Amino acid sequence: MRIELHRLVKAYDGAAALGPIDLSIDQHESVALLGPSGCGKSTLIRILSGLDTASEGEASFDGRPQSGPTPAVGLVFQEPRLMPWLTVRENVRLALGGIARKQQDRRIAEALGAVGLASHVDALPRALSGGMAQRAGVARALVRQPQALLLDEPFSALDAFTRAKLQDHLAALWSASKFTLILVTHDIEEAIVVADRVLVMAGPPGRFIADISIELPRPRDRTAPDLQALRRRIAEAISPETLSVRDRATYVSPAAE
Amino acid sequence: MTSASTSAVAPLARRLRAPSPVGLVLPVALVAVWAAVTRLGWVSPQVLPSPFQVASDLYQLAVSGKLTGHVVATLQRVALGFAFGAGAATLAGALTGYSPRWRAFLDPTLQALKAVPSLAWVPLFILWFGIFETSKVALIATGVFFPIYLNLMTGIRNVDRKLVEVGLINNLGPLALVRRILAPAAAPAYFAGLRTGLAVGWMFVIAAELMGASRGLGFLMLDSEMTGRPSVIMGALILFALLGKTSDAALVAIERRCLAWTDDLATLQSRRTS
Repeated sequence: MRIELHRLVKAYDGAAALGPIDLSIDQHESVALLGPSGCGKSTLIRILSGLDTASEGEASFDGRPQSGPTPAVGLVFQEPRLMPWLTVRENVRLALGGIARKQQDRRIAEALGAVGLASHVDALPRALSGGMAQRAGVARALVRQPQALLLDEPFSALDAFTRAKLQDHLAALWSASKFTLILVTHDIEEAIVVADRVLVMAGPPGRFIADISIELPRPRDRTAPDLQALRRRIAEAISPETLSVRDRATYVSPAAE
Repeated sequence: MTSASTSAVAPLARRLRAPSPVGLVLPVALVAVWAAVTRLGWVSPQVLPSPFQVASDLYQLAVSGKLTGHVVATLQRVALGFAFGAGAATLAGALTGYSPRWRAFLDPTLQALKAVPSLAWVPLFILWFGIFETSKVALIATGVFFPIYLNLMTGIRNVDRKLVEVGLINNLGPLALVRRILAPAAAPAYFAGLRTGLAVGWMFVIAAELMGASRGLGFLMLDSEMTGRPSVIMGALILFALLGKTSDAALVAIERRCLAWTDDLATLQSRRTS
């Protein structure tokens, strides 16, 4: 799915949160929107998913103007957002309407298998760890077989080990299915591991300040010198005052040596 | 069966276990003190009859068949009043909770009616429905209505926006949204309303029966006051306590069955004691 933004603006009570921005994302592209909190990246994702509407300008999918939520676009929230009263299977089924139950069951099994949750289909959300719950959220977005998958800081609440595992998993899923992927993140390494193109954002009002393509071989090795060099380059693209402490450290250390 | 599916079922089984007998300690102690006080002659039997007197008078009433008639009359009033009140409250609460338009239309009127002290309806209901069953059931239904209505409406309005967005993003229709997300999410508040409503129902049945009836536990109490039988008054009080507690326990059992998914303090405590 090709995604295009044209002079898109979002304002809340007259205060501009985003834009005007223009953007074109190709079919099969994997893009990371990288930036600090408050730079409008989540606002952009909400508009693309159809949960929010633009104040001005428009977003289009394959040339058709975006109008409300569509099965062609899946969304993974920052939190798992599972219904505590439904089992994992029924939570995933929420995303499936209008097809026969047998077919639903097959697709649910596939989606849960793809995220490695096949053994927990009958569990209630309270029995899941944070990483498992978030994977159920990913399965719920994938089960509709979307042409585009949007993820809004999906791993930010997880511990470092689980986060790295799920990042690799997401990269592998994308390599296998080649849906259009848009990942919102404030983690430079996550952006590089998952995406082929990193759009650095600043704001408010949100705007793109850098567009960096990642041409490292997949699956990506976090310890590779190339990846670390790229990480420094991206950190440099972000103005120092917006850097998180960790990223600033990787940015400063070469100069200090 | 996988370990995951048993873990979903086990808390339900734990929650349905018989209640701890420790709850009986206080009532038994109270009866013992009561028996001692009356046996030692510290208070006049005309003021406080002994528990044995109460039991024997109740037993006499029971074997004569009169007690059953009173209990059935009261139970029937509460059941009918609760059914009508809860039914109407569920409909109104669901409409006003879900639809801003219905809320704007209905809620101001209902809130104004709620401000009328419920007993103030009595003269009007007697005028409209006569002095027999209909006016009593109507009064009970009126009392039952408001707590359930209010709890259900606010319960639906307070459903987490983040969960509702999951429904929106997945293109759930209004019916599916209600069935899969809004209704289960509002269920804890709804059950709290039902329990309050039931308690109000028991309160109002007395009011209704004290105002004019020829049957029912409230009538029995009034009649015993006139004829100077304090033991029957106490017996009726105890019966009210038992009936109220039993009906509430039945509601709680249904609630636990419906809300087995909750992950709250009660879940934690039942996990610790098992």
